[in-house]
Amino acid sequence: MRSSVMPTSKRGNGQEPPAAVSTVGLRKSYGDKLVLDGIDLRIPAGTVFALLGPNGAGKTTVVKILSTLISADPGSGDIRVGGNDLAADPQAVRAAIGVTGQFSAVDNLITGEENMLLMADLHHLSRSEGRRTAAELLERFDLTEAAKKPASTYSGGMKRRLDLAMTLVGNPRIIFLDEPTTGLDPRSRHNMWQIIRELVSDGVTVFLTTQYLEEADELADRIAVLNDGKIAAEGSADELKRLIPGGHVRLRFSDPAAYQSAAIALRDVTRDDEALSLQIPSDGSQRELRSLLDWLDAAGIEADELTVHTPDLDDVFFALTGGTNVPNQPKETVR
Amino acid sequence: MSALSLAVQDSNTMLRRNLLHARRYPSLTLNLLLTPIMLLLLFVYIFGDVMSAGIGGGADRSEYIAYIVPGILLMTIGGTTIGTAVSVSNDMTEGIIARFRTMAIHRGSVLVGHVVGSVLQCVMSGVLVGAVAVAIGFRSTDAGVLEWLAAFGLLVLFAMALTWVAVGMGLISPNAEAASNNAMPMILLPLLSSAFIPVDTMPGWFQPIAEYQPFTPAIETLRGLLLGSEIGHNGWLAVVWCLGLAVLGYFWSTSKFNRDPK
Repeated sequence: MRSSVMPTSKRGNGQEPPAAVSTVGLRKSYGDKLVLDGIDLRIPAGTVFALLGPNGAGKTTVVKILSTLISADPGSGDIRVGGNDLAADPQAVRAAIGVTGQFSAVDNLITGEENMLLMADLHHLSRSEGRRTAAELLERFDLTEAAKKPASTYSGGMKRRLDLAMTLVGNPRIIFLDEPTTGLDPRSRHNMWQIIRELVSDGVTVFLTTQYLEEADELADRIAVLNDGKIAAEGSADELKRLIPGGHVRLRFSDPAAYQSAAIALRDVTRDDEALSLQIPSDGSQRELRSLLDWLDAAGIEADELTVHTPDLDDVFFALTGGTNVPNQPKETVR
Repeated sequence: MSALSLAVQDSNTMLRRNLLHARRYPSLTLNLLLTPIMLLLLFVYIFGDVMSAGIGGGADRSEYIAYIVPGILLMTIGGTTIGTAVSVSNDMTEGIIARFRTMAIHRGSVLVGHVVGSVLQCVMSGVLVGAVAVAIGFRSTDAGVLEWLAAFGLLVLFAMALTWVAVGMGLISPNAEAASNNAMPMILLPLLSSAFIPVDTMPGWFQPIAEYQPFTPAIETLRGLLLGSEIGHNGWLAVVWCLGLAVLGYFWSTSKFNRDPK
């Protein structure tokens, strides 16, 4: 398990874009319990940043602090959101951000449309502008039909869409999405991803928390893995995957005799006697595969099955968050 | 936009949200009206003969109606603010409040919206219960325009005072049941006041409590305004109680609302 912070690679073009969100030594504790232990973040404007971590890692606490809902501990360094100092001018931060939380922040007692108009009023839009914005967003999020129904009657996916639509009324430049797809079915999840991609194409900065590795991989420019209140690693999905060795070719045999002779012929392999399979380190490139196949042919080894494994974020996640024996389990166990 | 107009505009938006809730789900408010109306009918028609003898001077039923209506009206306000505590408590468990806290709106508007909405509901409840009282024979014997205005002003001031306290009770309650229990004194205190029987008919040791708790001075003042009885020191006592409770409730509520949510 790694505990040191991985260096963040610099972008090639020299000039760094302005940061939409930055923190230095962000700390938060509740009583004796230290939740965040010195978080440094720098999120360039117009990018998607994913904060990845297991339940209880402190993801939501980070979002709550950055969205001015709760205060950071006094020992924390500068926190800037949208160019504003969070401690000195929280109201300016609030004007720049939109937040969609893990638990839907809609008023369940009133209709979807009334929720939208409430947001329009709180953003001080004129009556006609408010109605137009509400109608457009309801249309965009496929809620026009349900607009006149109380939000309490909405499904989970609809509530989440209404939640995000309400967040967008003020046209925020920075959006915090705290586990936006937790509890959604696969179709709703893909819809939400599509919506997030559209936001990004409009130049919005998205700060996403998720426990789904796939989601971070799909959406994020940069990913930070949060574990035990610390950033265990940070980088692009590819950079993170490179941190973890684990690319290999797996040969499976059904005949124990063939397995034994192959295991003896091939040195530098990892044996799995139970499964009658051998793992050969490989980066999965065509060139390496061809030479491996040539070599197997030359040695007269014929496996019943050959599969190529590249490390995925699951491997990274488990390696960094301390689940040492878990990688062979199906993905569903982390959901 | 100036800070003041921002505050007014946002509070107005929050008020409309609360009135929408009350209009969409009127059962809570209406249920709370049942207690004072039932007590009014119970005391007049069931206990009335005995009770009217108790206020002295050979009073009959219509005089007893006149005697208890001011207390019933203030009890109505107390009951309505229980609903306020419940709806504030309910509201705080909703995600929408967290959203409001992350928006660039006037911070206090959430609570101000609740308070103004609650005072309006108190006035409407008071009018409804007052109409029942008139229907069973209540008549104001001694009130001109000025007295009516003063009586109305007292009801609004009293409603505002109890509402700020009820908002604080709602904020410290983890759920609706707890809020309802915490706010119970709002409807129990009138039973220990001069609402139904004169204070001087109560046991001696209890009289100071009954006389100086917030309901009695307000009831005596309202009684004086509507029926011409002696107000005396109860007038300023009622105003002091109202202003004191309103200020205390205000600071209590805003400090609870402004602390970091869990």
